[in-house]
Amino acid sequence: MSDLPPIPPDDDEDDFGVVKKFCYVNRKAPYGTVYALESLEMVLIAAAFDQDVSVVFMDDGVYQIKSDQAPEAAGMKNFSKTYRALEGYDVEKLYVSKESMEERGLTTDDFLVDVEVLDHAALSALMAEQEVVITS
Amino acid sequence: MKFGVLVNEGPFTHQCSDSAYQFTKAALEKGHEIFRVFFYYDGVNNANKLAEPPSDDRNLTANWSALAEEHGIDLVVCVAAALRRGLNDDILAPGFRISGLGQLIEAGIQADRLVTFGD
Repeated sequence: MSDLPPIPPDDDEDDFGVVKKFCYVNRKAPYGTVYALESLEMVLIAAAFDQDVSVVFMDDGVYQIKSDQAPEAAGMKNFSKTYRALEGYDVEKLYVSKESMEERGLTTDDFLVDVEVLDHAALSALMAEQEVVITS
Repeated sequence: MKFGVLVNEGPFTHQCSDSAYQFTKAALEKGHEIFRVFFYYDGVNNANKLAEPPSDDRNLTANWSALAEEHGIDLVVCVAAALRRGLNDDILAPGFRISGLGQLIEAGIQADRLVTFGD
């Protein structure tokens, strides 16, 4: 993705002086609607501002990190490589709903990033400890 | 309480903006503080002053502008989402301003609660 925001140095000015736990819950398929793409932009900005970011993939959102995406044939931009770049922004807390993954016949081998698989009870506990939860 | 509000859908197709508007209005009337209302995704279309709904229907853009004028609340439209959808300062309704996504993060940090309205 050519329009990634630059990775800020640790001492940059993009800092509100407070770190909160931001959790993004991505529930929609990567294409068909713009939600996945623009959610990713929110994730990157939160990371650029040094927030404590988690990303949860559930429902059809698990397809966002599916390997071997080829949307170009449908005229869509392939932004899936950006999920791989998240590590460079210190966004390493990526979670997948166990139920959503299994319902779709997927395993962690199908994903292009390393994720932690949590069942809904564990995801519920994870969300309960967040300070800002943004679902899209 | 200090609220941040995130509006993720445009006017009319979804009830999102109506609900967000009613929530914001009610919160202000109850004496709460609205730190910021941030418009993202198709929510940026709420700020288009060219919208002209039939006169017997509500005009959400005008409602938001009036709320901003009355209470001085900060209505911020995401610049990247706005540019994608052809919204710029030329057609921005009164009371709205265009800025970056960092404004949403700041709202998440500063507010006691960030309340999302979406599909």
